[in-house]
Amino acid sequence: MKAFETFETPTAARVNYLNAQYGLKSWLLTKDHKRIALLYLGSVTFFFLIGGIYAMMIRLELLTPQGDFLSSATYNKVFTQHGIIMIFFFLIPAIPASLGNFLVPMMIGAKDLAFPRINLLSWYIYLLGGVITIYALLAGGIDTGWTFYAPYSTTFSNSYVLATGVGIFVSGFSSILTGLNFIVTIHTMRAPGLTWFRLPLFIWAHYATALIMILGTPVVAITILLLAFERLAHVGIFDPAVGGDPVLFQHLFWFYSHPAVYIMILPAMGVESELIANFSRKNIFGYKFVAFSSLAIAVFGFLVWGHHLFVAGQSVYAGLIFSFLSFAVAIPSAIKVFNWTATLYKGSISYDTPMLYALGFIGLFTIGGMTGLFLAAVAVDVHVSDTYFIVAHFHYIMVGGTLLGYLGGLHYWWPKISGRMYPEGWGRFSALVIFVGFNLTFLPQFVAGYLGMPRRYHAYPPEFQVFNVLSTAGASILGVGLVIPFIYLLWSMRYGKRAEPNPWHLPGLEWRTASPPPTENFFATPVVTWEAYEFAPPEEMQVIGRFKEETEHA
Amino acid sequence: MAESHIATEHTASHPALRHHFENLEQQREAGTLGMWVFLVTEIMFFGGMFLAYTLYRTKYPQAFASASNHLSWQLGALNTGVLILSSFTMALAVYSAQTGKRRNQVVCLGLTILLGLTFLVVKAIEYHEKYVDHLIPGKLFPGNPFNPAKVHLLPEASPNNVEMFYWIYFAMTGMHAIHMIIGVGVLSVIMYFAARGRYGPEYHNPVEISGLYWHFVDIIWIFLFPLLYLLGRHLEHGG
Repeated sequence: MKAFETFETPTAARVNYLNAQYGLKSWLLTKDHKRIALLYLGSVTFFFLIGGIYAMMIRLELLTPQGDFLSSATYNKVFTQHGIIMIFFFLIPAIPASLGNFLVPMMIGAKDLAFPRINLLSWYIYLLGGVITIYALLAGGIDTGWTFYAPYSTTFSNSYVLATGVGIFVSGFSSILTGLNFIVTIHTMRAPGLTWFRLPLFIWAHYATALIMILGTPVVAITILLLAFERLAHVGIFDPAVGGDPVLFQHLFWFYSHPAVYIMILPAMGVESELIANFSRKNIFGYKFVAFSSLAIAVFGFLVWGHHLFVAGQSVYAGLIFSFLSFAVAIPSAIKVFNWTATLYKGSISYDTPMLYALGFIGLFTIGGMTGLFLAAVAVDVHVSDTYFIVAHFHYIMVGGTLLGYLGGLHYWWPKISGRMYPEGWGRFSALVIFVGFNLTFLPQFVAGYLGMPRRYHAYPPEFQVFNVLSTAGASILGVGLVIPFIYLLWSMRYGKRAEPNPWHLPGLEWRTASPPPTENFFATPVVTWEAYEFAPPEEMQVIGRFKEETEHA
Repeated sequence: MAESHIATEHTASHPALRHHFENLEQQREAGTLGMWVFLVTEIMFFGGMFLAYTLYRTKYPQAFASASNHLSWQLGALNTGVLILSSFTMALAVYSAQTGKRRNQVVCLGLTILLGLTFLVVKAIEYHEKYVDHLIPGKLFPGNPFNPAKVHLLPEASPNNVEMFYWIYFAMTGMHAIHMIIGVGVLSVIMYFAARGRYGPEYHNPVEISGLYWHFVDIIWIFLFPLLYLLGRHLEHGG
């Protein structure tokens, strides 16, 4: 344990990124990727809260079949706003902009992202988009569904489509800038010795995510812009009334919005690879397969959007091809799941909170992915289109996958981010509550959907009530499970046990510097001589620079 | 190897080096790659409109040809020439920065900006003609509704689709013009710093990547000109 003895000085005495400067200005004008990550963390949590409130309203309404809590018009707004807030303002930025922002430079041994000012700009753009969208919600809301299908959105809807569209258009650029920053940083700023195949899989996943961000987001940006003009000035290419084709809108929209699902899930898969390998204390099984499967998902992800149009009047042949390609995208996803499972085999597994989330992720993502195969089959998809089967499927990916990955990652790196340990007992307890609550919420929806309960209605035939009561009960448990970590993580920032630099005893670069790290991340530029997930006896895991300044001053 | 090591030592204390880079070489690589990635996003951004154009041109060839024939190919060709020339002066500006010729650099940047402004003025003249001819689609200008009376409609061309062509025309050239305006702004800033002698053989990445952007915006126009101005001339003459 020799290497770790260099940390005898209390961590608080040192200058780190949190106490290097004080005051509001030092946060709002910061160019430090770690502080920007925290700004993002706070903002996505805020939007998650708003989206969660809408979710609870949906579940309350659906408790009874009559549709007595919300009018149908209000209900349309509530589910639309739940989708828009959760997708554009929570799921898409959640992992890349907070954990990714914090960890990409640290994991590759860089002092910062390549363009720190652009990084800060991306947060302000995100915030501006968020403020515009919240204005739209307060002014009267939007009822088109998060998909903005024309011509309803361009001509017939009497809600704040324009303002919401502008909000999403603006916030898209924050995503583009984050992706651009990641790609350039990963290409040009890796520490000496850190070759591509020594990179942690978290980095590969974020690289793939960044590719989708830069290739997909501009398309939805121009689509939403054209939609906004169509609504504003009645000039257009989507509305049949002016000779346009509404299916063109669906193609353009899903060209981004299907890959956007991979923007949500790929970073979570990156977190998952870290958690599974590190908490099994084993090199990941088939490193290159896991790494390239991320890229394969990013590439295939761009070729499957047509499976959202199986019932939209797309040609049968196009449907067949999109069906085939949608099956194909299951291959790289399955490679990941199998390799994670194989990594667990004969590993020395510890069941800390992050690992509980990681194991939950494998199960839930598998269910979400397998039901995705049902939907890739045209015949089955036609049967369950626009039912709760779809709703359950994508929540298994987005909540079971992305949210669990996000929470697992947040717990795992919390000691590094905050310099404090979270309470392990509460952590495990809430992970279990979330897992139970989640399954109780969404498992019954598969059944209800398969039996024919349509989505996006506030009233439903009474025979579906039992599933909805189960679902609402599950959502309440899930809600409680999510409040617990919110409280104890805030609590731990002040009262938690101080974290060691490397509390989990892991080889990754981010664990070879102080907790919390100094502003420039490392005390000396690291030179990487080891492979990813190369577990060695603890005394061989050298800490970079050994906090030179301190030993000099002591 | 030894040579690059010396270069590294040499640039590690350059005033333009930002704190998080090891040396100017790394900073230059990052800047250049960043601009290329940005241009990829721009291609996708314009790509959505090119897709819409392709779809509707295939669907309504007669209407698109009729509307296109009413555009002034002479002004379009003039603007194409202006932009190609501006790309040439931009390339000269980058070369002057690399070789450390400050005066040439400022002159070339100034010429590029002037040519960019010329393009915008010609574009404004064209837009004004469309306004006068009541060819602004939809309710973009209330009180001046779209009226295709001035457009010679080929057989089977519906006025609705002529209006759609003009919307695509305005969306694409308008988006392109916005990029031109941004380009002129960026080059003005670069010219200001060039005049103060910031760029030389050691450090000229901002000039280079602004040049990349400028060439990209030119290339977009190289695609727009034939697609929008020249697509159906032969149909007009019974070909």
